[in-house]
Amino acid sequence: MSDARPPARPARVRVTSPHTERRGSRPRRTVASEIDAQSELGEIYLAALLRSQLRLAVGTVVTLVLTVGALPVVFWLVPALTAHHVLGMPVSWVLLAFACYPVLVVLAWRYVRAAERNEREFTQVVERW
Amino acid sequence: MNIAYGIGAVVVVTVATLAIGTWGLRFSRTTSDFFVASRSVRPGLNAWAISGEYLSGASFLGVAGLVLAYGGEMLWYPVGWTAGYLVLLVLVAAPLRRSGAYTLPDFAEARLDSRVVRTLSSVLVVAIGWLYLMPQFRGAGVALRSATGMAPWAGAAVVAGVVLANVLAGGMRSITFVQAFQYWLKLTALLLPLVFLLVVWLHDGAASPAASSLVVDGASGFSWANPLDVAGDHPLYTTYSLMVATFLGTMGLPHVVVRYYTNPDGRAARQTTLVVLVLLGLFYVLPPVYGALGRLYAPDLVARGATDSVVLELPQRMVGGVGGDLFTALLTAGAFAAFLATSSGLTVAVAGVISQDVMSRRMEGVTAFRVSAAVAVSVPLAMALVARDVSVATVVGLAFAMAAATFCPLLVLGIWWRGLTAAGAFCGLVVGGGLTGFAVVDRLVVDRDGGWFAALVAQPAAWAVPASVLTMVGVSRLTRDRLPAHVGRFMVRLHTPEAVQLDRS
Repeated sequence: MSDARPPARPARVRVTSPHTERRGSRPRRTVASEIDAQSELGEIYLAALLRSQLRLAVGTVVTLVLTVGALPVVFWLVPALTAHHVLGMPVSWVLLAFACYPVLVVLAWRYVRAAERNEREFTQVVERW
Repeated sequence: MNIAYGIGAVVVVTVATLAIGTWGLRFSRTTSDFFVASRSVRPGLNAWAISGEYLSGASFLGVAGLVLAYGGEMLWYPVGWTAGYLVLLVLVAAPLRRSGAYTLPDFAEARLDSRVVRTLSSVLVVAIGWLYLMPQFRGAGVALRSATGMAPWAGAAVVAGVVLANVLAGGMRSITFVQAFQYWLKLTALLLPLVFLLVVWLHDGAASPAASSLVVDGASGFSWANPLDVAGDHPLYTTYSLMVATFLGTMGLPHVVVRYYTNPDGRAARQTTLVVLVLLGLFYVLPPVYGALGRLYAPDLVARGATDSVVLELPQRMVGGVGGDLFTALLTAGAFAAFLATSSGLTVAVAGVISQDVMSRRMEGVTAFRVSAAVAVSVPLAMALVARDVSVATVVGLAFAMAAATFCPLLVLGIWWRGLTAAGAFCGLVVGGGLTGFAVVDRLVVDRDGGWFAALVAQPAAWAVPASVLTMVGVSRLTRDRLPAHVGRFMVRLHTPEAVQLDRS
């Protein structure tokens, strides 16, 4: 046989990076598993959810106190509300007997929407990874 | 008025209740609350059922009677009872459902891992339940006297007997559909006659019950209509303490909490509560109108001390004839249904707690429940017959104050604060329960004239609730080395949406 050899091909070079080949690399941690493990990161996510929900709840209660809850003081300071009549009854009566309920419903409705939004955002964060 | 109509209405409601309770239980399995698999009641239906059960005789008859007797200052009650549901929605609804607890003692044990706190919670549930039941029997006695002429004590005994029979037969309470129907019955019973009454009022010239010149039993229209009892001793304190009691006490009532178990998840629990708010609001605008009309057309009731029957009296006086009698029969049916529904629900809640936590060692299963139901009914009946003549709303208000001072701090701190310990909860419950218990005994037994002490005791929530909260927080901090081990997991369970895959064991 002759000495003809095929032209030398360049040796195969394998391109790597520190991230693709880590010995003993752990599986990707999801937010859910962090929460389950009660790790620091998990606690941060959970605390954020609790904080946003609690802030929303307290905010609604404070609004309730400042609207319906303020009525006794308002009636005390403004006796004209009781002296002045509308629909045959004092204004203060009409406010208390009729106007309070729509206010409560509106507060409740806004709360439900905001609380569900908080939970949706939390769900997206947890399920993103 | 034709007594036959009244008796007829009572008999019809009683028979219908017992019939649906026993016979209806058979095909209620798909909607019964007691079957875990079918925890899929739609928020709308569940909301009607909650409202139907919540609107007791105090709401149906009592508010109108109180408004007639005392005027604008009684309007804080229905507003407070409704606002209490808003506070419940915001602070407790979804987490409570997610906790999986069926009763308040269940929640206490799940959160704190403590049998002692559970037992104390059970005792308080029974106390609050009895405080709420006693005025129901009282009020029913008054209603039956007005409709059928029987003596009040006999009326109270009849209602107690029917409630017991109803609960033993399987309980209307377990049927969501029937409770839902209850709401529409009560709303219609109150609304339909009122439309006619208002027409009569307009026809008569639409006089104002709040006119200064209209003096009834010594009170001029102006002072009667005032939402603040400026003639009384401490109007602002009384009103605010009442607000605290009603706003914070709703979440601690035994028959309210058990309804949350039937929601499929936390989101549905919130939506249900929102609908309940709407339904309650629709209902509560009506009784004060009866009270106001009563001042024009039945002022003699005030002097006679019989204002609780104003709703039943007005149709005959204003409309008269057969129409008036039929309306009264309809209202009697609605009132009696109201007493039955709420009393049954409370009795089942109280009997369940007694049989589970107090009696479980001596008797078993059905027998235990039956004996517990009998006990649950007899004690408030005895109280109703024996106690001083205190108005229905006063005793109901005390029940709310006790709930506000005990279970409200337990629920709110338990749900939102990791630091609550069993010792802290125990001490807080003792302080809150003890202080309000003292106020209850004093109010029911001692006849006080006026002054600061009487005012403080009549509306104890404003001082009992802070005392209880401070105790719970303080003692918990002192025993912070004894936190329950599973708090972290429990918090995850309470606050995260069920759809997210997390470990909630």
